[in-house]
Amino acid sequence: MVARAELELRLSRVPDPEVPALSVLDLGIVRDIRLTEAGCEVDLTPTYTGCPATERIERDVREALEELVGAGNVHLRTVLDPPWTTDWISEEGRRKLADYGIAPPPRRSSDKRSLLGLHQPLACPKCRSTHTERISAFGSTACKALHRCLDCAEPFEAFKCI
Amino acid sequence: MKWDTCDPSVQYLLHLGDDALVLGHRLSEWCGHGPILEEDIALSNLALDLVGVARQYYQLAAKRIGGGCTEDHLAYWRSDREFLNHVLVEQPNGDFADTVARQFFFDAFHVLQLEALQHSTDTELAAIARKALKEATYHAQHSADWVVRLGDGTEESRSRMTAALARNFPFVEELFTPAEVDRVAFERGWGPDVASLKATWLELVGEVVAKATLELPSIAHKLLRGKSGIHSESLGFLLAEMQSLPRAYPDATW
Repeated sequence: MVARAELELRLSRVPDPEVPALSVLDLGIVRDIRLTEAGCEVDLTPTYTGCPATERIERDVREALEELVGAGNVHLRTVLDPPWTTDWISEEGRRKLADYGIAPPPRRSSDKRSLLGLHQPLACPKCRSTHTERISAFGSTACKALHRCLDCAEPFEAFKCI
Repeated sequence: MKWDTCDPSVQYLLHLGDDALVLGHRLSEWCGHGPILEEDIALSNLALDLVGVARQYYQLAAKRIGGGCTEDHLAYWRSDREFLNHVLVEQPNGDFADTVARQFFFDAFHVLQLEALQHSTDTELAAIARKALKEATYHAQHSADWVVRLGDGTEESRSRMTAALARNFPFVEELFTPAEVDRVAFERGWGPDVASLKATWLELVGEVVAKATLELPSIAHKLLRGKSGIHSESLGFLLAEMQSLPRAYPDATW
């Protein structure tokens, strides 16, 4: 029988299709893994309800785990509640995001100041200056917004804080 | 195949899903036509969120209907008389100010509605609401920003925003006028008494409109019955386009 740690290790190598620098574990969308007699059950939660990557992620997770427990033995469940928050992105995930050129979200989604854009300006992932501004609240995917560095003039994306 | 959607909880889910789908579809019509690139992306993002939440409601409704019914059957195989969305959300996009006014009025309502739905006795519905509330809050900030920016902007943007508020406000009354579907939902503890949301809505919306140096109109259409399936002519055209592909090719798959 396969160990839970093996499943986790395998999932740590399943990338998010839209931000491939992050694994599905880094992103915090794998909410639970349970071993069952025949295989495993995994709870996944979507980042945004309309995120077109959701179905792709389900397929990737299923295929990856089937390598370990066999075809037809992976049962996926979508859980909506409690809703995903950017607070669930792991520390390693935050570091990988910044290295990839995407500013990680401000730390606490419960801080309503960040929701209203009143938080401290984000650090530019390229030159680390905090002299930055938001260009648009929406970006190339549901989870990101557009910002610009006023020092090195580099436009960059940032995870929306929800 | 014709599905039986008479179950009251299914009717309520369809009402909620139809609002999201119809408004999401309207916003998707802007894709590639936005006034500036960033706003084109923003409108598409709003559309994506709304269609996403519509899918959640429809999937839950389809599960309760059973017998192999799917979200697609509910989106593509019902006629306009079976759609239970508010008449506001089916209104054509008009100019950008019209889209902003429609969105702002709906977003402010949507946030209050979802806050109440988080405490629904229908726990599956409450889970969808808790998720959707985060997205709706983000939408409301965006549309409120535009009301202020256009209202307190140039002479041209101000006159357009003023006209857009006047054109869209009459549809607001229906949001707070309980129809059969709302009354049943309120009695069973599934959803709020929509009339009770009006005072907070007026307060919030009034504050933003004042910040935009504009005034709220006072005209209301009293006889709107979108939630009972009686729609303006706009919905038929919208559905004709949205449903054309699955109806022409019923066996088409992605």
